[in-house]
Amino acid sequence: MVSDQLTTAPAGTARPRRGPTARTGPRRRRSSLAVPYLLLVLPVGLVCLAMGYPLVRQFVMSFQEFGLAQQFGQPPEWVGLQNYTDVLSDPYFWVVTARSIAFCAACAAITMGIGIGFALLLQKLSTGPRVALQVALVLAWAMPPVSALTSYIWLTEPRYGVVNWFLTSIGLEGFAGFSWLADNQWTFFGVAATTVIWTSVPLVTLMTYAALTQLDTEVLEASELDGAGGFARLRHVTLPMIRPVVLLVAMLEIIWDLKVFTQINVLQGVAGNNDATNLLGTYVYQTGIGGGEYGTASALATVMLLIVLLMTWRYMRTLMKQGDI
Amino acid sequence: MAATTAGTTPLFDTKTRSAANRRRPLWNVVAVLFALVWVFPIYWMVNSALMPEDRLRSSPPLLAPIHPTLRAFDQVVHSQQFWTAMGFSLSVTLLSVAVCVVAALFGAVALSRFSFIGRRGVLIAVLVVQMVPAEALFISQYRMLDGWGLLNSVPGLSLLYMGMIVPFTLWMLKGFVDGVPAELEEAAMVDGCSRFTAFTRVTLPLLGPGLVATGVFGFLVAWNEYTLAFIVLASGDRMTLPVWLKTFSSNLQETDWAGVMAGSTLIAVPVLVVFILVQNAMTKGMVAGAVKG
Repeated sequence: MVSDQLTTAPAGTARPRRGPTARTGPRRRRSSLAVPYLLLVLPVGLVCLAMGYPLVRQFVMSFQEFGLAQQFGQPPEWVGLQNYTDVLSDPYFWVVTARSIAFCAACAAITMGIGIGFALLLQKLSTGPRVALQVALVLAWAMPPVSALTSYIWLTEPRYGVVNWFLTSIGLEGFAGFSWLADNQWTFFGVAATTVIWTSVPLVTLMTYAALTQLDTEVLEASELDGAGGFARLRHVTLPMIRPVVLLVAMLEIIWDLKVFTQINVLQGVAGNNDATNLLGTYVYQTGIGGGEYGTASALATVMLLIVLLMTWRYMRTLMKQGDI
Repeated sequence: MAATTAGTTPLFDTKTRSAANRRRPLWNVVAVLFALVWVFPIYWMVNSALMPEDRLRSSPPLLAPIHPTLRAFDQVVHSQQFWTAMGFSLSVTLLSVAVCVVAALFGAVALSRFSFIGRRGVLIAVLVVQMVPAEALFISQYRMLDGWGLLNSVPGLSLLYMGMIVPFTLWMLKGFVDGVPAELEEAAMVDGCSRFTAFTRVTLPLLGPGLVATGVFGFLVAWNEYTLAFIVLASGDRMTLPVWLKTFSSNLQETDWAGVMAGSTLIAVPVLVVFILVQNAMTKGMVAGAVKG
């Protein structure tokens, strides 16, 4: 990074991080015009094939009906907006959507809170404890989700789980044999949220911490000289400076938590009663792959995609407005 | 305070340090407690995997295995299904990672070293594509692979993983390519190298850590991925390790908990080791990508 700044600002005036186009653009020769496009063929082609084409097809499918006849090879029928009206007029869809948004908001907010808190905490630590916390977080981050879930299922196992043992031994006898996943919708989502937060806090913490360590300490010292207290410094100096990273991570958290599938699906495998615990991801699966109603499921998925875009639009715009892109 | 310290930075420095030091022991204790809480589910997984069968279902639970046994690991390692799933997981992961690293490198170089019409559009697309939830696409991805006869196959699942991994790795790698000054290449070109050799001889070696970090990231995503594997691998005998683990543990009543925990541990350990080795480079790449755009 240092060498970057040294070499890109020969006159000493230009903003060093102006981006590659500014410094290399004018020097390109004509012969290289096609090169960037050729280089992009492979990555862009892969993404188009794996995601772009299914996206288009899915949009088309959302206007089609897949019934019994289609299972025997008939081409699907066009039904216009029928699938969408079906989806939107189904009260269960709204229950699932509200549940998903609430789940996502709760998880993302708690994750960001704990994550940024940990990052600020890391700054105040001696080497030993700092490394200990970092290692613990990295381990949680890297754990394969299904392994982590299996561990959480075992921790909350009704008869032999540590959680129930702990709660009953501190006097909460009601938890003897209590099934966290099957007995109660709220505790089901509590366990699901815990696993989601447990896995995603490390990313928030480590990225925020990395951004914090790159901060210019002189600015912080200057603001301290100006008499800014700890909280004011945090609010007016530190947080605005790491804003790009925080916004980016928040956006990713919202996307990930809204479409959460693995955790819910695996925990549902233990809990049974899927209708009480479906979120959008598992609902699409249940309708589409489980029920074979590809049209309705595609309409559902399209609605889900729109919700994700709506929720992240503001963040996207902020990111783009920073002018770094 | 400001008046006395304004001109003498060293004095000011020691003062802030001592102020921070006063509460440091407290923060250290808090941090260690959080670390223990965070690591507990992993510790418990390993602990349960090592526990003898008769102790596993005892109350109160044993906080550490008193007579540790590898019986559970032994069972898993001798199960044919585990090795089938391992082979499948490895094939899918390695294929995805190999292709993704090459694709991401091409893309990162294009976006970092060239200015061309549509560059901004591609950059925005790289960001936006990551917002498309895979969970909102799997119906048509399933049907697409079904139509091409690629359900239950390594190339089919790998293709879907590539779509997931390429945008992020491209973006990460771009941060690394940006970090290597283009002027180094230009200097080599002045010395008579062609553009291509200038890149392969000067920039590529410097990208080593970035390429490793990118590859590891792809490895983690593909190795850990569950959703698409669960959907696309619908036949009974072809599964990746996460899908195997889930079928292995699905029935709570009859679950062999030591076995399941041993399986979880076996899947997790290689990932944890690799991840600890490279997470620093990865975080740096991601932050660089985030800050530079």
